[in-house]
Amino acid sequence: MENIIEIRGLKKHFGQLEVLNDIRFSVAPGEVICLIGASGSGKSTLLRCINLLETPDAGEILVHGQNILQGRMDVNHYRTQVGMVFQSFNLFSNMDVLKNCMVGQTRVLKRNKEEARQKALFFLEKVGMKDFLGASPAQLSGGQKQRVAIARALCMDPEVLLFDEPTSALDPEMVGGVLEVMKGLAKEGLTMIVVTHEMGFARDVSTRVVFMDKGIIAEEGAPQDIFQNPQNPRTREFLSRYIQA
Amino acid sequence: MAEFFAKVLEIAQRYWPLFWAGTKVTLLISLTGTVIGLVIGLLVGSVRAVKVEPRDSLGVRIGKRLVHALTSIYIEVFRGTPMIVQSVFLYYLLKPVFNWKPVTAGIFIVSVNTGAYMAEIIRAGIQSVDPGQTEAARSIGMTSMQTMLLVVLPQAVKNSFPAIGNEFVVNIKDTSVLSAISVTDLYFQSIGVGGSIFLFTQTMAITASIYLVLTFTTTRILGLIEKRMGRPRSSFPASQTVPGNPTF
Repeated sequence: MENIIEIRGLKKHFGQLEVLNDIRFSVAPGEVICLIGASGSGKSTLLRCINLLETPDAGEILVHGQNILQGRMDVNHYRTQVGMVFQSFNLFSNMDVLKNCMVGQTRVLKRNKEEARQKALFFLEKVGMKDFLGASPAQLSGGQKQRVAIARALCMDPEVLLFDEPTSALDPEMVGGVLEVMKGLAKEGLTMIVVTHEMGFARDVSTRVVFMDKGIIAEEGAPQDIFQNPQNPRTREFLSRYIQA
Repeated sequence: MAEFFAKVLEIAQRYWPLFWAGTKVTLLISLTGTVIGLVIGLLVGSVRAVKVEPRDSLGVRIGKRLVHALTSIYIEVFRGTPMIVQSVFLYYLLKPVFNWKPVTAGIFIVSVNTGAYMAEIIRAGIQSVDPGQTEAARSIGMTSMQTMLLVVLPQAVKNSFPAIGNEFVVNIKDTSVLSAISVTDLYFQSIGVGGSIFLFTQTMAITASIYLVLTFTTTRILGLIEKRMGRPRSSFPASQTVPGNPTF
């Protein structure tokens, strides 16, 4: 099947620090890719480069064969196709739950109010937040916020959904609910790229695991291969620390 | 002492229409001046919050820097000189052009002066908004303009509401300097009353009381609005013991 996203020779540095070094990476429809690795290995930066929240220094990001880093690309249109779920949720704090899920639809996709509302209700029900339509983000727990944030992203009908450590800011008892939602989405065939420290999720849900180390992809493969038979010593070392912990 | 208050009462009874007329002018100028100043501040403050980005072309870069320089000059000049000087200078400078009445000039000057302060208040308000809000807005495809208008500015204004309200209170008092261009505000009327009967102390006691009532009431009203804004709009329970379940 044709790849949705293909990344070639991607480089990014912050000052002297080389964060991404010659990344080659592709995403096929229906894949659930987990990016794992130590803090500072470049996982989040790679994810943020994919929807251009960071501008890469060099390389190509081909989306359906078209390079989005070339001058005349409509970045805003592209971003509607690539949803993003943030570690710190980032729900619009001046809007209630329903409005959070509608504003992008009405203002960016120019859907009419009723259509946007129906879609928002559909996805809010899916993530179990339909009873909270009028709530403001400040009234929700972290897990609830994150589920609304997932619904907000889904409302844009993205081709790929990016998750940037979606459960890292949550209390342990909230993590399960969010992971349940993500598992459900994976089962429905949504293409997802997930930066995560939840090794259980990576092992059980993903179709491919990518281990990053010091700005490069050190190893990638099927979850059973990576977890049971890692080839790279760095991967082994990283995973052993998780299993001990 | 009793004599003093008797005199004050007498002046108030005799001249209240003048005090009242002056109070109306003071409120008119300070209110419109604050509102227009807020609009100026929103525009200038948002423009100043726009940063030069690596993706920008050379033309955009130069444009942004130019706008930045011009707005800086505006803010520095109007915050760095007394409003009384600004009012006399601009009133006579622009009189041949607009042929304006003192009240009109007064509203103009207060607006432009307040705008300079508001611009800095709004810019600080914008900077206080979590950058994650902007990222989230951009990630669903909003343009930078939509992000500003729909997400950042509403929060910036809410965050800086106390400072914005304070500008109104300051303006109620500071419009008194407009008597320099013979705007018939509360202070100007009071000087007229005091001068005609040569009892400045007693007259100014009345004037001060009126100013105090105006600022005190305004502060209280602003405080109430602030309290309301802090409350969530809906009466939604603050904590929900039963979390909703995903329906997969």
